[in-house]
Amino acid sequence: MSLESFLIVGAVLFAIGLYGALSNRNAITVLMSLELMFNAVNITAVALSRYVVPARLVSDDGVVPLLLTGQVFAVFIITVAAAEVALGVAIVIAIYRNRETVFVTDATQMRH
Amino acid sequence: MTPGAGTESHIAVDVAFWIVAVSTIVAAIMVVHLRDLFRAAMFLVVSFLGVAAMFVLLRAEFLAVVQILIYVGAISVLILFAILMTKDVERGSPYNRLRLPAGVLAALFVLAASFVAVTTEWRLIDDAIGEGGSGELVRITGEPLDPDGVEEVKAEVSDVYSNTIPKVAELLLRDYVLAFEVASVLLLAAVIGSLVLVRQR
Repeated sequence: MSLESFLIVGAVLFAIGLYGALSNRNAITVLMSLELMFNAVNITAVALSRYVVPARLVSDDGVVPLLLTGQVFAVFIITVAAAEVALGVAIVIAIYRNRETVFVTDATQMRH
Repeated sequence: MTPGAGTESHIAVDVAFWIVAVSTIVAAIMVVHLRDLFRAAMFLVVSFLGVAAMFVLLRAEFLAVVQILIYVGAISVLILFAILMTKDVERGSPYNRLRLPAGVLAALFVLAASFVAVTTEWRLIDDAIGEGGSGELVRITGEPLDPDGVEEVKAEVSDVYSNTIPKVAELLLRDYVLAFEVASVLLLAAVIGSLVLVRQR
């Protein structure tokens, strides 16, 4: 269990999410893949702040603010992800009501 | 005492990490691979739980609880509702034309990111304040620390990682309080926006 293993797990998780988001036709699978990518970023942020020395290890406020910044970032990423998935599901259901489909390839109203 | 001493050197923790890592990744692969959306969502829950376990291993207990509450408890339920409210469940999730390029792109990303992660010389905390690492600390802070100062930093770092939850709360409600309040406004906007989007006319 080292920094590198956490980073590689994060990279693999992000790549799986990237593949799923690009290659699937169902908008709900795309949303699930996006959540996987958010999780991968969170793992990477927390692992980096856990293992790597901050630019200044000692600041005026002590070491606490510098060591836990990654965790605070992850909290905000989770908040934004929650807002994103709520809006995403709402859009998917709105499209489904109007067009009877959840496939991203069928939502072509705005294509010129 | 190195930061978080007591978890790093045990072989049992290593084994737990690899079990968690492999099951998280296998569950994630099932999410994008399974054509049955309902089962994919179930594997998504497994993947979220694995990430929560990894947060515990990283000494981020608060994030682990938040992960279980928000991802396992709320987001996956929301996604299950969306799956059950749309009738394309039987048709599953077919691939589009981008399948091959997307696979190549993902593979290239893993290779590049792993290469960077392995070849970069990280300045690790354990090296900086561990045994015989005091010189490193002096270089980073710019001004030389006396041995007492090094001991002080060591004690402070191991104090941080003995229980991170109160410190994260302090940071969130003091240093980052503006972002914290803006996040609540963002959530309110998201709630109103989704209500407007799904409103029956």
